[in-house]
Amino acid sequence: MSIDRRNQQIGLGLFVFYLLLYGGFVLLMAFDAQRLQVMGPARVNLAVWSGFGLIVLALVLALIYGWICRARSSADSVDTEDQA
Amino acid sequence: MIYEASPIAVVCFFVFVGVTLGLSFFLGRKAKSSAGYFTAHGQIPWFVNGVAFAGDYLSAASFLGICGMIAFYGYDGFLYSIGYLAGWIVALFVVAEPMKRLGKFTFADALDAKFQSKGIKLVAGISTLAVSVFYLIPQMVGAGVLVQPLLGFPHWVGVVLVGTTVILIVVMAGMVSTTWVQFLKGSLLVLFSAILTVLILVRGLTEEEGGADGHRFTTLGPLKQTDVDSETEAFEAELAEVWGIAGAKVVPAEGAWANTSFVRIARANGDPDSVWHIDTRDDGVYLSETQTLHKATDGTVLVNGKPKGSSKGEPELFQVGHLSDLPGEATETGPLGPLEFFSTLEESEVVLWGNQKLSHEDGSTTTVYFQKPTSGSRILQPGTHPRFQGIHSDKLLDKINLLSLMLALFCGTASLPHILIRYYTVKDEASARKSTIVGIATIGFFYVLTLYMGLGAMTSGTLDVTNSNMSAPLLAYSEGEWLFAAISAIAFTTVLGTVSGLILASAGAVTHDLLGTAMGIQMTDEQQVRVAKIASVAVGIIAIVLGIVFQELNVSYLVGWAFSVAASANLPSLVMCLFWSRTTRQGVITSMAVGMTSSLAWILLSADTFEKVYGLDPELAIAPFTQPGIVTIPLGFLILVAVSLRTQATGLPGKDTAGLDKG
Repeated sequence: MSIDRRNQQIGLGLFVFYLLLYGGFVLLMAFDAQRLQVMGPARVNLAVWSGFGLIVLALVLALIYGWICRARSSADSVDTEDQA
Repeated sequence: MIYEASPIAVVCFFVFVGVTLGLSFFLGRKAKSSAGYFTAHGQIPWFVNGVAFAGDYLSAASFLGICGMIAFYGYDGFLYSIGYLAGWIVALFVVAEPMKRLGKFTFADALDAKFQSKGIKLVAGISTLAVSVFYLIPQMVGAGVLVQPLLGFPHWVGVVLVGTTVILIVVMAGMVSTTWVQFLKGSLLVLFSAILTVLILVRGLTEEEGGADGHRFTTLGPLKQTDVDSETEAFEAELAEVWGIAGAKVVPAEGAWANTSFVRIARANGDPDSVWHIDTRDDGVYLSETQTLHKATDGTVLVNGKPKGSSKGEPELFQVGHLSDLPGEATETGPLGPLEFFSTLEESEVVLWGNQKLSHEDGSTTTVYFQKPTSGSRILQPGTHPRFQGIHSDKLLDKINLLSLMLALFCGTASLPHILIRYYTVKDEASARKSTIVGIATIGFFYVLTLYMGLGAMTSGTLDVTNSNMSAPLLAYSEGEWLFAAISAIAFTTVLGTVSGLILASAGAVTHDLLGTAMGIQMTDEQQVRVAKIASVAVGIIAIVLGIVFQELNVSYLVGWAFSVAASANLPSLVMCLFWSRTTRQGVITSMAVGMTSSLAWILLSADTFEKVYGLDPELAIAPFTQPGIVTIPLGFLILVAVSLRTQATGLPGKDTAGLDKG
C-alpha cells in the first residue's frame, strides 16, 4: 500500500473519531443541554471543558497524524534505500 | 458612544498599512509569472504557510464578531470558535494532501483533475466568485466598523480605504506578498490576543454599578405598587416618596409603547422623559434604568431624550458591561488563574443588555436598551443568543436550525476557496500537511483566547451597547491606549489579509477557470497575470460597493452565509471526487450548481433575511428555518451520487478519480 493511501486511511480514521465527538457535543447541546451545566474539575462547567476539549483534541489528533505520517514516510525511505 | 480619533491609534494604523504596502511592493518584484503570482512558485516554507492559514482564516468575523458575541451573550459566541476550529479537521484529514497533489492554481483544478471539463471549471469558477463575494461583504463591513472609531471617518471611507489598500497589495505582488502579510498578521493577532488575555486575568473581576465612563445605572425596587396602568397615582406617589423622583408622572403607554415592558416617567424639573424597564425578579418587581436611541425621519438622533453629541462631554449612550455581584462579600478578586476566572464568574452576576426597537406611526424609531442581570452560570451555558434559542426550545425546527449551523461551520472551512488555494503555495503534500497542523495550533490557541477576551470585554465596562463588533478593541482600550492602538491596527490588517486572500482566489477563478478553461481564451503567462490584476480590481470594487450597501448587517451573521454556501456548493464535489471513483463530470456539475443555488435560495427566503435585509415580517419567510446546511449539504451529495450513477456510460469509468495509488 502506498504512503498516500495509508495516510488517507489514517486521516479518515481520525476524522471519523473527531466527527463522533463533535457530533456528540452538538447533539448533547441541542437535546440535553442541562448536562453541560454539570460542574467539572476546578469548578468549571462541562460546557467550557468540552469546548476547550474539542479545540485541544483537534490539535492533539493533528499532531498524532503528523507524527504517524512522518514516521511512515521515514520508514518507507529507509526500505527504499535498502532495496536499492 | 462618541468615538474620538486617538493620535497613537492613527500613527499605529498608518505604520501597519505602510509596512504592509512596503512589503507587498518589495516582494512584488519577485512575482512576474503566473505561478509566482497565484501560488508563490510553491516555495513558501510550511511553517510560514501554516501561520498564514491563521492569518487568512482569522477574519473580522473571528476577531471582532466572536469576541463581540461572547461579550454580549456569553458562551454562545464560543460555539462559533468550536465550529470554526473543528472545520480544520476536515481540511487536514480529508482535503489537504489530495488538494496539493491534484491542483495547480485553483480548487477547481483538483475537481477537474480527471475530467478536463469546461463545465466543471465554469461552475467551480462561479461558485468561487459567489462564496468569495459573500465572504468579502462582512470583511468590508468590519473594516468600516473599525475605521469609524479609530480614525473618525464615516463607514464608507473605511470600506473604500480597505478596498483600495487591498487592491494595491494584490495587484502589486499576488500570493507572495499576501502570504507574508497573512503571516505577520496571524502572528501579531495571536500574540496581542495572548497579551490581552494575560492582562484580563491579572486585572481579575470587580463589582461595579456601571461602565468605565463613570455613569451608575439606577435600579429601583422591589416596588410596593406594581400595577402601573390601574394604580398610576399610587405608583407615582411611591416613586416620589420612596425613590426620590420628585414630581414623577407616568407617561401613558400609547402607540408603539403600548404592551411593552417599559414605563416612561416625566419629571417636574424639565428633564426629558426617562424610560425604565419593568423587571420581574424572584423577590419582587424592579424598575431598571434604560438607554434610548431615537431616530426621527428628518435624521435627528436623540440619545436618552437629548440631541446626540459629536464630541466628548456631550450627550451619548453610556458605556456598559459590568459585573453586579461577586461570590461572597468580595467586591474585587485581584488576579485570577485561567480556570479560577471561569469558576468565579460562574458564581457571579453580570448585567447584560437587551434591546427592543419600537417603530412609531410618524416613521421614527426608538431603540430601547435595557439591563438584563444574568447569573454567571447562565452566561457560561449555551442558549442565550437568539440564534441559539433552539437549545432551550421545545420546537424541533429550532433544534434543527442549531444543528444546521454547527454542520455548516464544520463543513465550510474546507470548502473556502481562499483557504484551499493556500495548499498550492507549498512545495509538496508533506508541507501541505505540516502547514495545516501549524494552522490548527495557531487558530486553536486563538479560539481558546476568544472566550477570555469576550468575557473580559463583557465585564470591562467599555462596551458600546449599539456595536458588539467593537468589543475587543474597546476591551483593549480599558487596558491602555497603546494596546488599543495596536489591537485596532491588527484588527484592520486582519481585514486586509483576509480580503486580499479572497480577492486573489476570485482573480484565480476568473483567469484560470472562467476565461482560460470555460471560455477557452488562450493567454500567455504575462497576459494571465495582467487579467488576474484587472479581475482583482473589479472584484475589489464590487466588494467596496457591497460593503457600503450591507453596512447595517452583523458581521458574523454574514459569514454564516458564506460558510453555508461554500459547504453546500463545494464540499460534496470535492469529497466525492477525491474518494468515490464512480463520480462523473455531470454529477460534479449538477451537485455544485444545485448546492450553490439551493443554499443561496434558502438563505434569501429565510426568516433572518426577511427581517434584517428586506425589513419584512419574519413570519412571512418561506424557508422553515434559517440555516440551510443540514438540507443543502446532504442534497449536494445525493444529487452527485444520483446523477453520477445515471451517467456512468458518459463518464470515464475505470480511471482512478482520486488520482491515488491503489497500492
